[in-house]
Amino acid sequence: MSDLTLNGIPVVDTFAEAFDVAGTAIIVTNDTAKWAMIAATTMTGFATSVIGCGAEAGIDAELSPEETPDGRPGVRILLFGFEPNGLKDQLIKRVGQCILTCPGTACYAGVDGPTKIKLGGAIRYFGDGFAVAKRLPDASGKARRYWRIPVMDGEFLCEDSVRAVDGAVGGGNLLFLGRTHAETLKVAEIAVEAAKAVPGAILPFPGGIVRSGSKVGGRTKGMMASTNDAYCPTLKGRAGSALPAECGVVLEIVIDALTSQGVSDSMRAGLHAATEIGGKHGLIAVTAGNYGGNLGRHHYHLRDLIGPHDATKEG
Amino acid sequence: MSTLTLRAAPPERLDFLAINPLALSGLSQSEAERLEVGSSRTGVRLGDCFAVSLDRSSTLTIDGGHERLDRVGASLSEGTIRVVGDVGQRLGAGMAGGSLTVIGNAGPYAASGASGGTITIEGDAGDYAGGAVYGAKAGLDGATLIIRGSAGAHLGDRMRRGTIVAGRAGAFAGSRMIAGTLAALAVGDHPGLGMRRGTLVLGSHGRMAATFVETGTHDLVFLRLLATALRRVSTEHADLLGKPLRRYSGDLATIAKGEIWVAA
Repeated sequence: MSDLTLNGIPVVDTFAEAFDVAGTAIIVTNDTAKWAMIAATTMTGFATSVIGCGAEAGIDAELSPEETPDGRPGVRILLFGFEPNGLKDQLIKRVGQCILTCPGTACYAGVDGPTKIKLGGAIRYFGDGFAVAKRLPDASGKARRYWRIPVMDGEFLCEDSVRAVDGAVGGGNLLFLGRTHAETLKVAEIAVEAAKAVPGAILPFPGGIVRSGSKVGGRTKGMMASTNDAYCPTLKGRAGSALPAECGVVLEIVIDALTSQGVSDSMRAGLHAATEIGGKHGLIAVTAGNYGGNLGRHHYHLRDLIGPHDATKEG
Repeated sequence: MSTLTLRAAPPERLDFLAINPLALSGLSQSEAERLEVGSSRTGVRLGDCFAVSLDRSSTLTIDGGHERLDRVGASLSEGTIRVVGDVGQRLGAGMAGGSLTVIGNAGPYAASGASGGTITIEGDAGDYAGGAVYGAKAGLDGATLIIRGSAGAHLGDRMRRGTIVAGRAGAFAGSRMIAGTLAALAVGDHPGLGMRRGTLVLGSHGRMAATFVETGTHDLVFLRLLATALRRVSTEHADLLGKPLRRYSGDLATIAKGEIWVAA
């Protein structure tokens, strides 16, 4: 299957194919970390795939009061879309429905970038003319503009605009080929923990893991994507199957990040973490998903992620 | 550091609009001494009243002020002016950037129309500090005005944006305010009269106008951000926000988007 190994686990000499996307980050705060997380979890729900959900979103980090603009506990959320206008639409909808509505929550820009997305300046219309803007310097002296929208628990405070970054990448991935569902899930969980620890990277699928990897198109007319039959264990033995006989389950992690380096670092962390414990959990091999290299301009070769000191060649 | 040292009390009001570090950096000493600064037909020149010492730096010290020095630092866009002594009216009027400090008192209309930079008055300020001159659309317009001592009446009249902090202020602080932030440890009667938007934070106040309505006490996130912003210029004023506060909304005679926060 492969001439590469890492920690004794075969690594297929292939690459993950990823795409340029529009990405932004926001910080939500609340009086307690619990309620900041409730707001963030709600906003990042139904945001696994940009194709079906309009956006891919996830929680990048929990922030201490010292790390937030208002000195309260917070959460940094990353949101990705196909392009800035789609991202703006999703951002306003999700902040409007999930952050504005959540008791005690405030919302701030979480990243600097070249593209301005009006956020508080759009949501302020909910204030029905009673909202007021305020421009104040932050702790570093940079002037920031906020909207204060009257709501039933006081005010919803939201920064006037946030920024979309250049260079965000979506679709970094790793596929773990295992023997049993429970053991492969364990491997994937450990990979997720390592991959999401990289700042500026999120894994948007449930628990960071996707079981329904897809290919472009399908046999049914009009399908944009359909099941990745080459990696379905029940389709082993057919022409086109990529799975060895002993493989009983395949789980994938998908990574979006504000930078290409973030995707690379996150994949590397996930790959190393998975292979470190893979031997104990029946991990057969690690591979990655791509579309032949013609759709996405970012290619993350697993050979490069193994690293020069860990790579071994077998005869 | 360039220095202008006052030699004698000015014989008339002097206009310092053209006296700033940037303007002086391109002049020789003799050219600077010939700059007309008088306000009458007698043609008073800078060298008539001041000993001039230039080094083309971005800092200018006026050593020895006088209440007849008008428009000191007016339209300043960069650099630093430091005045040891008093100044007249319209200190820093229309200033766009830089730093202006007066170790003394200032006359009326200090910082009127100033859109950027920081103006610090270590002593007292006259009426309409940060206020609009007659006919002007706005008073302070984005700059930061710090008055360590007392301000006169109508502090921040028609101010549009920016921040004013003052020790004490007279009546009608924040009158006709368009927007911005004004914090004072104590003010006289009728704060915020006619204000449209904006925020007043007051340690104490005189009579409140009948067109303000109390909305109660509120623990708003905004107050945390405001405290952070105020702490950059005055810890004492930022600490006003650390205590329980009552909020008044008004002026109901206008669009009533303004607010006055006072100690509960």
